[in-house]
Amino acid sequence: MESIAQSPWAALAYLVAGICFILALRGLSSPSTSQRGNRLGMIGMTIAVVTTLVTHFPQVKSTAAGIAIDPLIAGEILAAILIGAAIGIVTARRIPMTAMPQLVAAFHSLVGLAAVLVACAAFLNPAAFGIADLVIPLIGAPFESIHQVSRIEMGLGVAIGAITFSGSVIAFLKLNGNMGGKPIMLPGRHVINLGLLAAILGLIGYFVQDQSPWIFWTITVLSFLIGFLLIIPIGGADMPVVVSMLNSYSGWAAAAMGFTLHNSAMIITGALVGSSGAILSYIMCKAMNRSFISVIAGGFGGDAGGGGGAAAAVDRPWKRGSAEDAAFLMSQAEQVIIVPGYGMAVAQAQHVLREMGDKLKAHGVRVKYAIHPVAGRMPGHMNVLLAEANVPYDEVFELEDINSEFAQTDVAFVIGANDVTNPAAKTDKSSPIYGMPVLDVEKAKTVLFIKRSMGGVGYAGVDNEVFYRDNTMMLLADAKKMVEEIVKSLD
Amino acid sequence: MDFISILSVFVLACFVGYYVVWSVTPALHTPLMAVTNAISSVIIVGALIASAAGSVGSAGETAKWLGLLAVVLASINIFGGFAVTARMLAMYKKKVR
Repeated sequence: MESIAQSPWAALAYLVAGICFILALRGLSSPSTSQRGNRLGMIGMTIAVVTTLVTHFPQVKSTAAGIAIDPLIAGEILAAILIGAAIGIVTARRIPMTAMPQLVAAFHSLVGLAAVLVACAAFLNPAAFGIADLVIPLIGAPFESIHQVSRIEMGLGVAIGAITFSGSVIAFLKLNGNMGGKPIMLPGRHVINLGLLAAILGLIGYFVQDQSPWIFWTITVLSFLIGFLLIIPIGGADMPVVVSMLNSYSGWAAAAMGFTLHNSAMIITGALVGSSGAILSYIMCKAMNRSFISVIAGGFGGDAGGGGGAAAAVDRPWKRGSAEDAAFLMSQAEQVIIVPGYGMAVAQAQHVLREMGDKLKAHGVRVKYAIHPVAGRMPGHMNVLLAEANVPYDEVFELEDINSEFAQTDVAFVIGANDVTNPAAKTDKSSPIYGMPVLDVEKAKTVLFIKRSMGGVGYAGVDNEVFYRDNTMMLLADAKKMVEEIVKSLD
Repeated sequence: MDFISILSVFVLACFVGYYVVWSVTPALHTPLMAVTNAISSVIIVGALIASAAGSVGSAGETAKWLGLLAVVLASINIFGGFAVTARMLAMYKKKVR
């Protein structure tokens, strides 16, 4: 049998779909072109789906005897698409913006599982995918021998898909709060993981020689297991890296299946998504000054007091302020820089924060927002929340664009961020976050720092020098309540 | 397509991805993840092939149902991913002067 019966028109259509996907990502270079980009993505997907349906339905009818034509198939496929569409659209409409990291993790798990299912289907019915030759042995029944290259591709596809699935499920449970954010450390986990990885790769190699079902299913089960084991030791603070990494895996899984199906749309998309996730992981690691390997090895964010003088710092003097003090200080300021973090997301304080910004602007204050790359639980998390609260995106700045401005700023207003403002990252070589780029909030004339209580420390488990500085005023309360009170005092 | 030409497409697409993604503004990194999620569900192509193949024997029957389940999962992702991206992107507004 010809490896893939694909007409040149279909191949061309898949290529066009791939180009649409490239342009969809290109559109995200600026908010003004992004919506057009998203629409191009939808067009690309429509082209890919329609092309598949058009090229594969006639085949069902025209294939030689032996394949039963099932008039229900079209209806079943349509029903499957409609069920998925209904679930997807309802979820997308209802999900609160603060839950976006969980949603993305859940979506990743679906891509992973879909890849596993497609690989299983291809293994069970290789003839339908055109990846097998019918072998009629002298003794025994004829069987479909899957091409050796396809076996590698299928093995890799099912393995990456399964890792994506189980890893994303764990990431989802951690982000959604069903499972503690603290890393769970198994003894000897590195040995177990490396052993499993070697076993999976060895089995894929063996699969090339022998297409016995047990090998395929063992690869699948071991991959589910390693995905699970890889993510459980990773702590909450490293979640931006994990989510990006799983994003990347979901792409590689799609690419591996694209190799199996000789489909350029899938290969192009897989490569795009794979590199996108890899770049985001790199950006996140760099923003934490951690190597990718150390994040994957896990354990960060668990051992509180890892920094040298954290325990001794409890009795140090600090200043407490009230909402009225904060309102007064900010209304007198020329420029206020707001530094949001994960705490803002948890408290859902973004809307009232924007209200505060509006009030300040009415007082003639210049208001800017400074966003650290790893603030929140996924790349760009804070930007989305501020956008949701109608903060114009040209008031929102990235770390490197605004960091020099703190020195000329009257008030730095830190809400729900901690580690990303810790000057110890610049000075204290013994600190676990040493070398991480941080926002220089302490250079502002006054720092207003919203925090629930003085007891807790950031996710890195280190005390923050900023709390005890002369120019810092601690506002101890729930972020949303505190900002609401400040807004009242600003009237 | 032979293996080498597929590999060429893959490697070149990785380079394209590298440059395109670096040009994405950090403010849009969350929508980037949502939209890459949606487009990686192009894996629905494989799911449709499995579902449409019809069924020969019990293995073929299982393959078809696995394919249909994959169609459901991929559709959730496609519709959900694009819809949530559109919802997010609609929120990014410029300052009204």
